[in-house]
Amino acid sequence: MLFKPISQNFNDFVIDRDKERCINCEVCVRQCSYEAHFWDDARQCVNHDNTKCVGCHRCEALCPTGCLTIKKNPADFRDNALWTPTYMKYLYKQGDTGGILLSGMGSPSAKPIYWDNLQLDASQVTNPSIDPLREPMELRTYLGSKPDNVEVEQTPDGPKLKTKIGPQVKLEYPMMFSAMSFGSINFNLHKAMAMAATELGIVYNTGEGGLHPTLYKYGANTIVQVASGRFGVHKDYLNAGAAIEIKVGQGAKPGIGGHLPGEKIDEEVSKTRMVPVGSDAISPAPHHDIYSIEDLLQLIYALKEATEYRVPVSVKIAAVHNAPAIASGIVRAGADIVVIDGFRGGTGAAPTMIRDNVGIPVELALAQVDNRLRDEGIRNWASLVVAGGTRCSADVIKAIALGADAVYIATAALVAVGCTLCGRCYTGKCPWGIATNEARLKKRQNPEIAAKRLTNLVRAWGHEIQEMLGGMGLNSIESLRGNRDKLRGIGLNEVELDILGVKHAGR
Amino acid sequence: MRRVYPNKDFCIGCHICELACLTAHSESKDLIIAVREEQASGLRPCKAVYEKGPVCVSLSCRHCENPSCVTACISGALYKDEESGKTKYDESQCVGCWSCLMACPFGAIRRNPSKGKIIKCDLCEGRDKPACVEACPNAALSYEDR
Amino acid sequence: MTYVIVGNGVASVGAIEGIRKLDKEGNIVVVSEENTPTYGRPLISYFLAGKIGLDRMSLRPDGYYEKNNVELKLGSRVVGLDTGSKTLALSNGESVSYDKLLLATGGVPFMPPIKGLEGPGIYNFTTLAHAEILLDIAQNIRNVVVIGGGLIGLKAAEGLFDNGLKVTIVELGPRVLSAAFDDVAGKMVSRRLETEGLGIRCGSTVEEVLRGPSGGINGVRLASGEIIACEAVVVAIGVVPSLTPAKEAGLNIRRGIKVDEFLHTSAEDVYAAGDVAEAYDMITDDVRVTPIWPNAYSQGYYAGMNMTGKKHEKHPGGLAMNAISFYGLPTASLGMVNPAPEEDCEICTYADEEKQTYRKLVFRNDRLVGYVLVGDIDFAGLYTGFVRFQLPLSDEIKQELKDGRPSALLWPEHDFETRWTPDHE
Repeated sequence: MLFKPISQNFNDFVIDRDKERCINCEVCVRQCSYEAHFWDDARQCVNHDNTKCVGCHRCEALCPTGCLTIKKNPADFRDNALWTPTYMKYLYKQGDTGGILLSGMGSPSAKPIYWDNLQLDASQVTNPSIDPLREPMELRTYLGSKPDNVEVEQTPDGPKLKTKIGPQVKLEYPMMFSAMSFGSINFNLHKAMAMAATELGIVYNTGEGGLHPTLYKYGANTIVQVASGRFGVHKDYLNAGAAIEIKVGQGAKPGIGGHLPGEKIDEEVSKTRMVPVGSDAISPAPHHDIYSIEDLLQLIYALKEATEYRVPVSVKIAAVHNAPAIASGIVRAGADIVVIDGFRGGTGAAPTMIRDNVGIPVELALAQVDNRLRDEGIRNWASLVVAGGTRCSADVIKAIALGADAVYIATAALVAVGCTLCGRCYTGKCPWGIATNEARLKKRQNPEIAAKRLTNLVRAWGHEIQEMLGGMGLNSIESLRGNRDKLRGIGLNEVELDILGVKHAGR
Repeated sequence: MRRVYPNKDFCIGCHICELACLTAHSESKDLIIAVREEQASGLRPCKAVYEKGPVCVSLSCRHCENPSCVTACISGALYKDEESGKTKYDESQCVGCWSCLMACPFGAIRRNPSKGKIIKCDLCEGRDKPACVEACPNAALSYEDR
Repeated sequence: MTYVIVGNGVASVGAIEGIRKLDKEGNIVVVSEENTPTYGRPLISYFLAGKIGLDRMSLRPDGYYEKNNVELKLGSRVVGLDTGSKTLALSNGESVSYDKLLLATGGVPFMPPIKGLEGPGIYNFTTLAHAEILLDIAQNIRNVVVIGGGLIGLKAAEGLFDNGLKVTIVELGPRVLSAAFDDVAGKMVSRRLETEGLGIRCGSTVEEVLRGPSGGINGVRLASGEIIACEAVVVAIGVVPSLTPAKEAGLNIRRGIKVDEFLHTSAEDVYAAGDVAEAYDMITDDVRVTPIWPNAYSQGYYAGMNMTGKKHEKHPGGLAMNAISFYGLPTASLGMVNPAPEEDCEICTYADEEKQTYRKLVFRNDRLVGYVLVGDIDFAGLYTGFVRFQLPLSDEIKQELKDGRPSALLWPEHDFETRWTPDHE
């Protein structure tokens, strides 16, 4: 194309406009934040530049006559199993820029998804199913350290619990909204998550961008995160939430820190994060005060002291090779909750190579961490939470069956409010008003509407979980946790089955 | 009485409300025909989106308690309907003098030049909910009684 | 409680509606010397031009007076007012008592002392009756002279021209519409009319009306000596408040009946509204007669409300405004349009000769106080908002207005939240 470097012409998407139905209303022109649609003055009609299309579907969704279809660019490269178009385009880009490849959202690579290879059991004849519409179905769960045993004493008023139980986070559903920093996404969505979490009786995680002052009132349904950059961390912040989470790693980019480009830092983000407007906010890879497990123990207890032991402290790690050993250390260091974030986890910006090639599937990590903690007899010392690529209620149930106490969802939540996974979050031009702080874009997420959608999402999954539990003859999430026998693998090899602790279907 | 209240915090400036208004007031009730054919003979939307920097809002007749347009109307074509509380317009009585257009301090009245009459929101007579409210993708227009 | 309203123009209608908003029971009596129920007076232009018939003249639907429980006495002239005994004397001998009285007698055409004016063939153009007469004679004559190039004169001229007559307008001032518009706008309108075929003489006066032996009009002689042949003359120099019976009753009068901000006159329980009243003007910040249609309604409405005693609200003040079209050329003017030098106003104009559009904005103390629009009047209302609510203007906002882009988003945040989006009124 004229005036464009050669490599920019291998665009992934093309815009298909049905001229019969196009009324030149310019809704697409106004809605496309990548400026792929424009008013063609010379031709007095709406026109478009395919090379700018990122496949976000915003125009298609809002076109009032439905005349737009976003299609994969039908221009084909020669079939090549090794040199796929994806890799080729990476090379064209790097030839142009000389920089590292950046990506938004979780890894799309074609690597094994164990959720899809696990099937659930159902009751037949003996151990009958339970109908969730007729019988009570317990989805509630508590995250926190549980004592080794409990003592009950008889009192004139009846039996009472004598053992003191540590602080817990009460969840009406075994799900929470995962950490997405204020800055990577905007205030409207934080507000929506806070509202939805409160309505549902679950919690959301602030991510490493701090907590906006107007959201303190939702504190009872908030987990405040302390990440390596310590952004937004101060005494009031720590005391504002229902739990504190130390972020040691993130599934999408294990081993490296976080990066919020300066373009996305406006007045409000700057104040909340406690960084200057417009300057990049870089979180270092390690916490510079954590170089050993003892250091982590010190930080955990420092946070507990600061909050007078009122709230549980959670530690989030990425799912890497030694996850079980690391998890064990973390639990022994005093963490009340351990979060394992798999390599499918989302992100606003991560180097593509790291996002796609570092970290292991969370299903395997979860099974192994659960085993390890049980083997060491310390499974009850901390709750286990998984994150990273949970797409549906079936994935949630399978995660619980593999050993999780609860599941963090983030990508699913964003998709529920409109995200189409175009993966351009790092540009700050999210046309759905999610991963952007631009005034004219972020209002596209009306917190009232987003909160409603998030609430709908969790309730819907809740109903499905109840149905599946009932189908298995269980009436409580607690009965499913770690209950590997409810799962069977299909299309998995011996090693995988062994690691997951699951039999093959048919056995 | 229910009116359409705009919310400029969440208007995304898409102008879909204008298109919905146009369709609702068209003969064909088909957006494509309304735009391509009916606009040529004077069909116009009653809603107008105003923009200033990143802020935008969609406005139309407020159906004021004490309408300046009714005060200015020389033919009685504009009147306050006692029952519904709406400010109503009888096109057959209108002589196209534009006094109301000038008098309305909210700029809510526009000209339909091909007909020589005015265009003013009628709160979508005959519809459960005004078309603009129904079509807004971001709930920036609400139909309520405040 | 008996409310009596003298006059059945738009101020009277406003009063009826103001009263009935608060008092559904009290008696209302409307006394009018005209013979028709209330009609849209400005519509007489359209009537004369043949654009509408008598059936469209009504200002309110049939049954309006019955529905609002109003006793209508038509064809009744008020000859006396006794504020002591609170009674009105009518021309037919009847006496009407009132608890509250509204004088909405409007204005009468001003007849200048021109030689030869007395006698047949002289007409005015302020009532439906006048229009019916003109429509009738227009069938029988060929030439007419209209004295006065103001709004009424131009509309009379237009209407007569549309009936096939040759029309010449004689205007004293340097341009037509000298009160409502400025030089540029006035000339644009003149040109439009002249293009259509009307004759216009500015800076001229009629010195004598020339009559033949039988008393019929032959023509007029201008001060310049020019003689224009015609068979009829329409005098449209202006209206003056119709001060009977207020003057005789001793009410405080200057040009019109003086009223306070509640539309109350100097006599107890007597109010005045419309073209007859001299009331506060919000832009000139003084007291004057503002014979403008919406003003009359508004004053009548407030007078009506205040007469019930249930409310005691100040009228926000008169605001001069006119929206007139001349052969397809729409115009609008509002507020202070030709400020005197001592007013210290900033004037900003924009003209597009080709498109025949003109915009004039008058600013005073960082507020918009007036405007004139010709041709492109679509945003008139938005400018009106700035004038009516006297919204403060920063330089940035002023520039937007000057560039022809007024918008409700330029209102101060507080005004937008409260005025535009009221919680209740």
